[in-house]
Amino acid sequence: MIDLSINTKLATQILSNFIYSEITRVGFSRAVLGLSGGLDSALSCFLAARAMGPEKVLAVRMPYRSSSQDSLDDAQRVIDAIGVNSLTIPITEMVDPLIERFPDMDNMRKGNIMARVRMVVLFDQSAAFNGLVLGTGNKTEILLGYTTIYGDSACAINPLGDLYKTQVRQLSRDLGVPQAVITKPPSADLWSGQTDEGELGFTYEEVDRLLFLLVDERYSPQECVEAGFSQAFVDEVVRKVQRNHFKRVMPPICKLNNRTIGYDFLYPRDWGT
Amino acid sequence: MKCKLALAQINTVLGNVQVNLEKHLELIDQALAQEADLLVFPELSMTGYLLQDMVPQVALRPNAQDPVFSKLLHASQKIDLVVGFVQEDERNRFYIASGYLSGGEVVHVHQKIYLPTYGLFDEGRFFAWGDSVRAFDTRFGRFGMLVCEDFWHASVPYLLWQDGADVLIFSSASPGRGLSNEPQVDSARWVDHINRAYASMFTTFVAHTNRVGHEDGLHFWGGAMVYDPNGDVLARAPQNEETLLFCEIDLNQLHRTRTRLPLLRDERTALVQRELSRILMQDRRPSGR
Repeated sequence: MIDLSINTKLATQILSNFIYSEITRVGFSRAVLGLSGGLDSALSCFLAARAMGPEKVLAVRMPYRSSSQDSLDDAQRVIDAIGVNSLTIPITEMVDPLIERFPDMDNMRKGNIMARVRMVVLFDQSAAFNGLVLGTGNKTEILLGYTTIYGDSACAINPLGDLYKTQVRQLSRDLGVPQAVITKPPSADLWSGQTDEGELGFTYEEVDRLLFLLVDERYSPQECVEAGFSQAFVDEVVRKVQRNHFKRVMPPICKLNNRTIGYDFLYPRDWGT
Repeated sequence: MKCKLALAQINTVLGNVQVNLEKHLELIDQALAQEADLLVFPELSMTGYLLQDMVPQVALRPNAQDPVFSKLLHASQKIDLVVGFVQEDERNRFYIASGYLSGGEVVHVHQKIYLPTYGLFDEGRFFAWGDSVRAFDTRFGRFGMLVCEDFWHASVPYLLWQDGADVLIFSSASPGRGLSNEPQVDSARWVDHINRAYASMFTTFVAHTNRVGHEDGLHFWGGAMVYDPNGDVLARAPQNEETLLFCEIDLNQLHRTRTRLPLLRDERTALVQRELSRILMQDRRPSGR
């Protein structure tokens, strides 16, 4: 049986300690994150407030002109529920000049530009607010590569990166994330009517169960088929995980000398702290 | 005879021996204030765990000439200590080591025998493998010390048991893994099971302490515990927070338990030796390290 349920009390304790430890050990006391109105950033905001105190958290809303009003309203619900600091910085004026240069630009390029402009805004606010940028990506989207490299994937620390989307939902319910945010269909909200599950072609519920077998339980693709998943679905997911691995690692450095960063110059990120 | 144990379940600063030494000295004061006889620190308590290329810079030689060890040895005149450190030997090999200090002397150093080099672990890349397991005498009787992965292999506590250890001191820097709907992670549950089993099967005391805190994305879950020779839990620290756990053990419990349950008396060591020799002599069996 595939059981993705987690002990939310334990998860909250570990993740809060993680956020606090990784921010304070390098001399900071504050966190900055983008609040989209979706579930992942809402949960990240709740955890950050729990770890650092709401007065030490800055939630930034960064709507584009096509972003839905619902997203803005839902983000405001999260801000009101926890009492964190907030800013609204529309990105339309930053994004449009680039988009307008290329009249035939497709939605993927536009979406990537929006994600990367939001990254620029967040890292600037990180300097202004003197806090570290919290990533909000979950394990499902990181594995599938459903993320913009150097866009929404850019961050200082990433608390939710080992929780599947269904586990994010479970933890959000227990931490009191507003119901409207939990129940609405997940969406990158890059254009009107976009939903993750529509774009991916499967539900998080389905893919999380498959990823759990493939990744956590080390099933071979064939064993996943024998466990009841369709061959086509398994093949597609395996392909996505492999093809998007470049988004999960540092760019390779070509080894020339005796000691090379990444190969035999090895230190943890928390070196000396 | 009674012995009051203090188990330090602490966080450390990664790669900063001086700051960690100061923390050790503070905890020694706290343990002395509670009249503890023996204070146990976790694996690599002087350095932190995820050292990688920092290993040569944080290595120590456990003797009075070493400025760090001289302070610890001085403190050990008032309270016995188990400390975790990186040991550089006379031929410049680096070990994960646990030292038992008492009366200003280094009584015993254990070099970690099993270096996990799989999954999230990479110890075999950075450290030399310890190659002996010995019980040793203390003022409270004969003890054995092991470090983390050492006691994931049943043969090592077994050897200490046969070498006369009545108190097993285990120290860990065990990263938590395996979140499920249980109230503790899989690795914490597993360590509790095996340590309880050693206490029960070997009718010995087992005291285990583990790090807390984070290094990069790893979290150390703590959960220091003391088990008596019946396999009962005498003391248990909360998980995931710094604690100094105190527990007085009554060494006469060995007499009572082993009278009721003479597993040590009945252990067929000659049979073990004979059968193990036969098994290892067979061509198809790898002899291992």
